[in-house]
Amino acid sequence: MFSHSVLNPMSPQGQAISNLFIFLMIAAGALFAGLPLTLAYTLPKYRHRPGQGDPPQTYGVLKMELVWTTIPILLLIGVFGATISTMRIAQPNAIKTVDLTVIGHQWWWEYRYPNGVVAANILHIPTGRRLNVALKSADVIHSFWVPELNGKMDAVPGQTNSLWLEADKPGIYEGACVEFCGTGHAWMRLSVVAQPPAQFDAWLRQQARPARQPSTAMQKAGARLFAQYACASCHLLRGRPSNTHLGSKAVVIAPDLTHFASRPFFGGGVLDNTPANLVTWLHDPNLVKQGVHMPNFQLTPSQIHELTAYLESLT
Amino acid sequence: MNTAARPSTPLIPELDTPLPRVTDPTGLLKWIGSVDHKQIGIMYMVTSFVFFLFGGVEALLMRLQLSQPRFSFLTPQDYDQIFTMHGTTMIFLVIMPMLIGFAIYFVPLMIGANDIAFPRFNALSYWLFLFGGLLLYYSFIGGGAPDAGWFAYAPLSSEFNFTANAGMNYWGVSLAATGIGTIGSAVNLMVTIWTLRAPGMTLRRLPLFVWMVMLNNVLILAALPALNSTFVMVLFDRLLHANFFHVPSGGQPLLYQHSFWSFGHPEVYIMILPAWGMISEVIPVFARRPIFGYNFVAGATVAILLLSLLVWGHHMFTAGMGQTLDIAFGISSMMIAVPTGIKVFNWTYTTWKASIHFTTSMLFALAFLLQFTIGGVTGVMFASFPVDWQMEDSYFVIAHLHYVLMGGSAFALWAGIYYWFPKITGRMMDERLGRWNFALAFIGFNVAFMPQHFLGMIGMARRIYTYPDLPYWHLLNLISSIGAAVLAIAVLVFIWNLIYSYLHGRVAGDNPWDAFTLEWATASPPAVHSFEQVPPVRSRRPIWDLNHPDRADWKNPEAVRGI
Repeated sequence: MFSHSVLNPMSPQGQAISNLFIFLMIAAGALFAGLPLTLAYTLPKYRHRPGQGDPPQTYGVLKMELVWTTIPILLLIGVFGATISTMRIAQPNAIKTVDLTVIGHQWWWEYRYPNGVVAANILHIPTGRRLNVALKSADVIHSFWVPELNGKMDAVPGQTNSLWLEADKPGIYEGACVEFCGTGHAWMRLSVVAQPPAQFDAWLRQQARPARQPSTAMQKAGARLFAQYACASCHLLRGRPSNTHLGSKAVVIAPDLTHFASRPFFGGGVLDNTPANLVTWLHDPNLVKQGVHMPNFQLTPSQIHELTAYLESLT
Repeated sequence: MNTAARPSTPLIPELDTPLPRVTDPTGLLKWIGSVDHKQIGIMYMVTSFVFFLFGGVEALLMRLQLSQPRFSFLTPQDYDQIFTMHGTTMIFLVIMPMLIGFAIYFVPLMIGANDIAFPRFNALSYWLFLFGGLLLYYSFIGGGAPDAGWFAYAPLSSEFNFTANAGMNYWGVSLAATGIGTIGSAVNLMVTIWTLRAPGMTLRRLPLFVWMVMLNNVLILAALPALNSTFVMVLFDRLLHANFFHVPSGGQPLLYQHSFWSFGHPEVYIMILPAWGMISEVIPVFARRPIFGYNFVAGATVAILLLSLLVWGHHMFTAGMGQTLDIAFGISSMMIAVPTGIKVFNWTYTTWKASIHFTTSMLFALAFLLQFTIGGVTGVMFASFPVDWQMEDSYFVIAHLHYVLMGGSAFALWAGIYYWFPKITGRMMDERLGRWNFALAFIGFNVAFMPQHFLGMIGMARRIYTYPDLPYWHLLNLISSIGAAVLAIAVLVFIWNLIYSYLHGRVAGDNPWDAFTLEWATASPPAVHSFEQVPPVRSRRPIWDLNHPDRADWKNPEAVRGI
């Protein structure tokens, strides 16, 4: 059950917290095991028996009070020490250089790499490197959590929070927004794809390229529709003429689609990225993910197929 | 020994004559026009029980929706309103007023007073609570219920852009009304305890329930104004564009969190202190011996009261307060475990060399001990803030808070209801139905909430209306939903027991449990004028002294040392 949990962490930070968690369970468990054990002894032994009068009236024992005051204090001093040392391993107090900026939106995640690459929902990181992550929000409070990698941190509007993110081994780690942020909160999931550094660098180079040109007639029709329906006023396609008026400073409203087809899912995890699912989505986004800010463009089935052909070619 | 606790000139005039009434009402008017603390106490209890049924139905709707992955029984818009109303109802309209109702009813009886200090003010407090609650529920038909969660973080809650329906306005106005009612009842109970105690009832002889209610009132007076100011800020932001929390105009979302939780953590103790008081009455009576370490139980509560005002930041460990504040709030939160542990150990050792009667009330109290302690242990884990970084806002928190509030406060209330029902109605509750009630509640509760710890550990966030079919998510959610259904059956059995016992229960007599405190010296149910004569109070257990003169506490130097 715990193979994908906080108790099976895949990073030094997660490991430190997991150790602390287990230590606390054992320490607190040992201390409070006294309670059920005492009851297991007293309840049968001192149960009322018919004809029995009231027991001796006693009022407490000072020594016992001192014992169960002192032992928890000593234990908590230990817990406090462990807490501080875990804190130093797990989270930065402040970061000087930013390796990655994560921005929470209603209801998707935006990732900005220093080289200008912008990704959504699926976060690629290199293994074996501790990344300094700056965490921001575009609207309300969100919270970024990948249980196998590290504790969560809130993305608070008007404030930059910091987080360390690291993965020991390549793999896909599931995560989600965990601060209630409105109607679409359940589908603000994310995954972290940890890759060996060479593979990660290749991915980053690939993602830095501008959007692929449409080649087939269907794709070209889809690209025309994309411009015609003003999809580009919210979704960036880097390298396409239709949105050159949006500089890099533009307010980001919706996920960058430059490499849309390279993502395994979309809609914050509500659907896997397949042509059939994209057709369903474009038919009425709000039916798939209620509350989503993308309007229903009332597209005809042939328009939907042309757009799908184009978007799924954006590898 | 101080036998003249009451000042020679009482602050509050003695209620020798009944309060003036327009007519001598009967039927419903007798209740609506009442200023009698016993009637108002019953009205508090019945009203909050009705709200409990509302909140319970909301919980069942949520558990049904979560019983399968990607289930479309509820839309997210429905679900958001329902979970917000569930939390808001259970906290503000159930646990708080139910505990206040018990206090309104029993505090005067337990200190030998014939009414509460300000009877009409008492009625005002009740009506503010009732109409505040009704206004909150009116939101369902008046433009949509609140949908930002019971702690309603800004800016989600404070801007129409994000919460477009009128729900959050209803939320702010109605809870401010109930909040003013709560402050009123706190003032009332405080003055009652300070000025209307019977001769001999010194502070160190107060029944522990009264002790805890008194401290609870201090907390209410410290915490509720912070809440009401938070409501005002949210309403000003929503209706007048006041920009307390609007970031582009320089607003501060964390200001909301500090303001709300500086109420919100004391609130946790507001919801548990009187429940602790009930446990401190029930366990000794059914163990047939005095509470173990009265001074330590009472003193630990004072420590908890003071600490509880200093720990609110532990709700904000993931908000980016910085490590200095994390450490400060971590220390204060850990410290609170020490006095809480003292209390739990004292209750447990009250069963030592006792003669335990396993009544339904006692069974609920014993289950309280176990469940509350589990909630307390997970609470200490949250004080260790790196663990909080992992578990915060996951289902682990949901499990933790339900172990404290449902497994703790609600089970204590069940113990209290089974214990005091004979006094209130004059009839005993049925023990056979009571055992069914207990068994179903105990099993249902633990089956519903234990799996939620594991759901949190494998990454399930709170407040999601549905989830993808990840390994074990479906199974654990389904188990939890089944537990909720069992718990619902327990509540139905309980309601049946209430009705059946009220109509056909065995006649109780004045003191069916051979209990120790002054309320048992009155008739069951007590007359309008509760006491013709208050029995002498020479120790902490005046009725024990009365019924067991040869073993009276006041004859035992150990029992009266220092009091």
